[in-house]
Amino acid sequence: MAAVSAWILPGLLVLTLAAALRRRVNVYSEFAAGAADGLKLGVRLIPLIIGIYVGIGLFRDSGALAWLSRAAAPVLSHAGFPVEVLPLMLIRPFSNAAAVGVVADLLERHGPDSFVGLLASVMQGSSETTFYVLTVYLGSVGIRRSRHAVQLCLLGDLIGYLAALWVTVLFFVM
Amino acid sequence: MVDIVWAVMIVGGVAFAAAAGDVGAVTSIIFDQAAAGLTVGINLMALLAVWFGISRIAERAGLLDAAARGLTPLLRPLFPDVPKGHPALSAIAMNITANFFGLANAATPFGLKAMEQLQTLNDRPDTVTPPMITFFALNSACATLLPATAVALRARAGAADPSVIIIPAAMASTAAAVSILLIDAYLRRRRGRER
Repeated sequence: MAAVSAWILPGLLVLTLAAALRRRVNVYSEFAAGAADGLKLGVRLIPLIIGIYVGIGLFRDSGALAWLSRAAAPVLSHAGFPVEVLPLMLIRPFSNAAAVGVVADLLERHGPDSFVGLLASVMQGSSETTFYVLTVYLGSVGIRRSRHAVQLCLLGDLIGYLAALWVTVLFFVM
Repeated sequence: MVDIVWAVMIVGGVAFAAAAGDVGAVTSIIFDQAAAGLTVGINLMALLAVWFGISRIAERAGLLDAAARGLTPLLRPLFPDVPKGHPALSAIAMNITANFFGLANAATPFGLKAMEQLQTLNDRPDTVTPPMITFFALNSACATLLPATAVALRARAGAADPSVIIIPAAMASTAAAVSILLIDAYLRRRRGRER
């Protein structure tokens, strides 16, 4: 499986170039033209990324995230979630890098084959950086009124976590 | 909503730092995070340049149309407001394909292209449209064939079988994707009737 995935990208690259050369596309100048568009987009995105990093950093490093984790603990254990995965649930929609840090930390402390470790792995593998993607996508076309988009996506994350819990119990506990 | 969440993170962060008696830390957190964000942004910019370059070659070679033609019939019922054969659908198709193969870095440029295309169908440019919301919903619970990061983390932590979570993760994300798309379809229909 890992070997297959290692071939996906190089394979696509070679196939693309082969198909383009057969149609006599000027591959190098077309690449440069596309790359210029990519750089222009990058310039528009960097301010958004810096903003979200500052927000997440302040919330996490000030201890606000840890406080929220403690406050939500009773609700979580009622639903069957181990309290340990709450920081992951909270941070995952906002930052992939931060979520990877949380998962790595959980795997180290509880072991990759413990219930917490398995659940954290499934949650990380089945969810997205929803809020981050949303802000960047909306910002890239200048949309300010997002209506119910954020709520819907966060609901999607919540459903994803419940599904992850259910599947993990089904596969590894029962 | 985005503005509110962002403001809550900032104000809450400052309030907690102050309550802990360490309001001085706020300045250094801001500088460190801004620098980290800039680094991530610059790396993303390089990736965007490469992927936009390659996808332009693929586009000129007619490959994007071919890939999109395969997926579009499946996407049509989800995006009734997007005209048949519109480039937005092929960008969405490419985004989903890249996500499915776990190529998150490749998915973002296609997603941004999809947004650009969906925006051309928007008569109120400052407001999100129903097809965009469906696209987000699809993205938020998007099915991944290979959760590469999670498997790599497990391997690093010495798991007996790092890949044991692949099928459970695929099941969880599929279940979430189906439920959120149903909720989105329900909301869209209800709003459509109100109008």
